Amino acid sequence: MGATSAPGWRKNPLATRRRASDLLATGFGYLASALLVIALCSILWTLLSQGVAGLSLAAIIRPMGPPGSHGGLANAIVGSIIQTIMSLVIGAPVGLACGIYLAEYGGTSRFAGTVRFVSDVLLSAPSILVGLFVYLVLVAPFGHFSGLAGAVSLAILAVPIIVRTTEDMLRLVPTAMREAGAALGAEKWKVILMICMRSAGPGVLTGILLALARVSGETAPLLFTSLGNQNWSFSLDKPMASLPIAIYQYAGASYEDWVALAWTGALFITFGVLAINIVVRFGFGRQKS
Amino acid sequence: MSVIANTSGTIAAAPAPFPAAVALEVRNLDFYYGTHKALNDISLDYLSRRVTAMIGPSGCGKSTLLRIFNRMYDLYPGQRAEGSVLFDGVDILDRALDLNMLRSRIGMVFQKPTPFPMSVYDNIAFGVRLHERLSRAEMDARVEDVLTRVALWKEVRDRLRAPATGLSGGQQQRLCIARTIATKPEVVLLDEPTSALDPISTARIEELLDELKRDFTIVIVTHNMQQAARCADRVAFFYLGNLIEVDTADQIFTNPREKQTQDYITGRFG
Repeated sequence: MGATSAPGWRKNPLATRRRASDLLATGFGYLASALLVIALCSILWTLLSQGVAGLSLAAIIRPMGPPGSHGGLANAIVGSIIQTIMSLVIGAPVGLACGIYLAEYGGTSRFAGTVRFVSDVLLSAPSILVGLFVYLVLVAPFGHFSGLAGAVSLAILAVPIIVRTTEDMLRLVPTAMREAGAALGAEKWKVILMICMRSAGPGVLTGILLALARVSGETAPLLFTSLGNQNWSFSLDKPMASLPIAIYQYAGASYEDWVALAWTGALFITFGVLAINIVVRFGFGRQKS
Repeated sequence: MSVIANTSGTIAAAPAPFPAAVALEVRNLDFYYGTHKALNDISLDYLSRRVTAMIGPSGCGKSTLLRIFNRMYDLYPGQRAEGSVLFDGVDILDRALDLNMLRSRIGMVFQKPTPFPMSVYDNIAFGVRLHERLSRAEMDARVEDVLTRVALWKEVRDRLRAPATGLSGGQQQRLCIARTIATKPEVVLLDEPTSALDPISTARIEELLDELKRDFTIVIVTHNMQQAARCADRVAFFYLGNLIEVDTADQIFTNPREKQTQDYITGRFG
């Protein structure tokens, strides 16, 4: 800063320009990050301020009911839990097997390339299309909506997420690890299951939980499949309630207590998903090192 | 060969009055990565219970040759070997050979330590369980035995159930050696086993080789010529896929026959 006037310390005009563009780019980065954080915080704030009003023990333990009957969301909460867990029971084995195939066996073959492409397309497919597809396959032929159809449509959305993370995590396992397993005389499947999968384990589990988080908020595919239910329903071959459908149904209603419950439901889902993300971030992030 | 084996007898530990048996007999071996020929017509004997070092500049084919002995190249399509490598009366290049059996008899240690993501104990038990059914007590004894032989037992006896990834680099590499000898192989292949380690860990592994050659035939690839001079009974020098010269370590480092060898060991290589 002019501390010395020796020619070697004179400012280089090129460096000044670089510094200016660096400042500009950094500033833009901060601005963009701030926008993102503000958006998230404002969503959380709105949810909290609107949802806390309807938050009560009744909301958690009483099933849905007609307006003015002090109904809750218990059947929707349980229905959501049943359907998302079922979707993982169906989707996780398929996703894991497919991810393992792509990372360990398929390589760069044409078939593997096709599978990878289809999976990536499915990753961004509109979820309502998935719902319609399951409607045609599992609802229309049987003549009634069902929780199972709901779980299957959620599974279809979960699979590509699990496929991608499983493949990516397995690819991070060093080749030397596979060679070391083979060098001891282990068959390929043993090397994959007992060494590679163990090494990729935390990452793969993270992928499954992220899929769970993603799927638990889905509404569109459930509209055509599990439909929703005002009453308790534990049977997978009957229409089943779920939180997103309950929110969809209640938020647009003109009864004040239903609208309040919709906010509360949204609060449940959001914080449920947030909790899963926090578990993923801190529960497994630390173990890895 | 017998003359060579005896001239190495400046060390009192190798007084063998008769020529050492041959563990691996390489004859007219060619190797291809796809269409690229990486080894030309290699013929070479590896003596039983001796340390043979393979040296040469990067890309000379020494690691390639090492990875033929346990058929590691089989993992990668497009790589193939021609010629023969006799081991215990069988050509290991034979397609019908049971690779898992071969790999239990010819073990390998890699450049970077590769501890599996499991406990210290299980790292060793994993390999043993592939080939033998041992009782709990027998397995415990085997684990202790191999860890003692690699001078790791005292350091890890209290943390056998802790993850192996928590060990230091040098400890991990000794664990990998223990894991390799736990399946009771006849030959141990080492692919630059100390290049990722600090000098102290390196020295401990080199001491270990002296110990291990009583029971195992050892083939080591190294970039470090001092290491070859210190540990090896015999040294083979490779250049551009050819075996230039093989002799006792003394002979190679003090009076090599070939000019290329001379240039390489004196660091005058272009």
